[in-house]
Amino acid sequence: MTTKVVEMSAVAEGVDLRHLEMSLRSPRTFISAALSAVAIGASILACIPLLSVLTMLAYRGGARLSWEALTSTPPAALAAGGGFGNALVGTLTMVAIATLLSVPCGVMAAAYLAFVGPESPTSAVVRFTAKVLTGLPSVLAGVFAYAAVVLTTGGFSAPAGGVALAVLMLPTVLLTAEEAIKMVPARMKEAAVGMGATQAQVLFRVVLPTAMPGILTGVMLAVARAAGETAPLIFTALFSNYWLFDLGRLNLMKPTASLAVLIYNFSAAPFANQVSLAWAASLVLVVMVLGFNIAGQFLSRNRHHR
Amino acid sequence: MLDSYAPAVSTHTVDGTPGATPASSVVIDCRINNMYYGNFRALRDTHLAIERGSITAFIGPSGCGKSSALRCLNRMNDLVRGFRLEGQVTFLGRDIYGAKVDPVAVRRYVGMVFQQPNPFATSIYNNVAFGLRLNRFRGSIAERVEKALRGAALWDEVKDKLHTSGLALSGGQQQRLCIARAIATEPDVLLMDEPCSALDPIATRRIEELMVELRARYTIAIVTHNLQQAKRVADRTAFMYVDTSAGGRTGYLVEFGQTQQVFDDPRHAHTQAYIRGEFS
Repeated sequence: MTTKVVEMSAVAEGVDLRHLEMSLRSPRTFISAALSAVAIGASILACIPLLSVLTMLAYRGGARLSWEALTSTPPAALAAGGGFGNALVGTLTMVAIATLLSVPCGVMAAAYLAFVGPESPTSAVVRFTAKVLTGLPSVLAGVFAYAAVVLTTGGFSAPAGGVALAVLMLPTVLLTAEEAIKMVPARMKEAAVGMGATQAQVLFRVVLPTAMPGILTGVMLAVARAAGETAPLIFTALFSNYWLFDLGRLNLMKPTASLAVLIYNFSAAPFANQVSLAWAASLVLVVMVLGFNIAGQFLSRNRHHR
Repeated sequence: MLDSYAPAVSTHTVDGTPGATPASSVVIDCRINNMYYGNFRALRDTHLAIERGSITAFIGPSGCGKSSALRCLNRMNDLVRGFRLEGQVTFLGRDIYGAKVDPVAVRRYVGMVFQQPNPFATSIYNNVAFGLRLNRFRGSIAERVEKALRGAALWDEVKDKLHTSGLALSGGQQQRLCIARAIATEPDVLLMDEPCSALDPIATRRIEELMVELRARYTIAIVTHNLQQAKRVADRTAFMYVDTSAGGRTGYLVEFGQTQQVFDDPRHAHTQAYIRGEFS
């Protein structure tokens, strides 16, 4: 055994061990280090816009944020105080309407694309349409809802805004749900079929529950996007200085305020009070969107997936 | 030489089987003449009877159609595009490929355990209760879940964590969970497609013991790559082989008989060569 060790060290002595030391004079090491530095620099650069927006919002919006701002209606020109409570309620209402419209439709369509008839011509057409719709400029969704809902119902309203946002949410919900459903292992479906489950039972008892975290992540991303949309709402919900509840009654069929449109209107207003309210509303909107995103991340970690 | 065309094996059908018992004990009578996936002929001339209260093993080299034959018995092959069967498979005397037969109903009588443990992404309890709920079981689900888990020799290991995820169990436990799930609805027949191939030897041993225990109440058909496993658990063994003479890879039944006879005194040269380990 000792002879073996001696032999091995003899071999090691034959090797030029100076090559083991790291040196920036070696071209390969230098390029590697330089590229690492570039990558780190680029990722820091990428954070600058987001961090500066967040800092600015926290600083300028935070100063004006108060209970009053969250619970009152917008002030008149030159008036002090006021808030954007009605816009907050309006945004939540319209996003809720859009979610109610787009999620059932999107998830069931995704179930068809990924499970019932993945290879069918219908699926190919729907998938293509959804992908094209993903890149639809949001203003077009607004114009569409204007023609389809505002003109036919006779006025700007929260449901019209909801329809416009639903058009924007649908492709995101559909495509992410399709991916989530496709990720359900084939052996789970096979197990359910082997138990004597019908296709509908396999879908509702195994495939959708298993895909649910992924589906909800997609829904949250879509909701986050819809909450921040301005252009479609200008055409459909317009704006209002009043609450959706009027004299104790909920009336959705009238112009409805939203945070995004309030920010758009007030940020260009010539009054300091309005401008500061726009900052505060921006902060609230960003926190809301961030909340939906974090909820999406959280939901994607299902307790039954290891 | 092994690829040469084998003589007809139709003598080894139900009646020709050594030690055949009266026809009344036959649960599944499989008479596959030809089975295709599209244009590919995967199986030919596979005639055998599976008897009540016994374990029937399918052995043979890879690609000989063991799993395909097994999947014909509860119409799992219906899921494969282009599947076509020439022949007849009867379950308790009824042709399960008959025009009016619902494949979903067949699978409720003929359950299946798969190669990879495949619990659902839900709790242990819900996994076992799955089949009961599918069938709108009226009695106490909790009682049946416990019974099935005891039957699958898993109860003592999981009774304190029934509501944790089935996916958090070890591979062997997952496979026993799948067996519990399959027996919870008390099917007549349990088909097992290489149930131990993903498991370590200790887990394999437990599943084998379990199969022998379950034999009293369920008729079992198992596909296995492991000859020792067939020898240990099976009452009767079917040896299948691949016929490449026609250019394709068509599996067929070479020999079917009592396990001891097939292993100790194989009637066919292919069987003998396979059991001696000359090829796999």
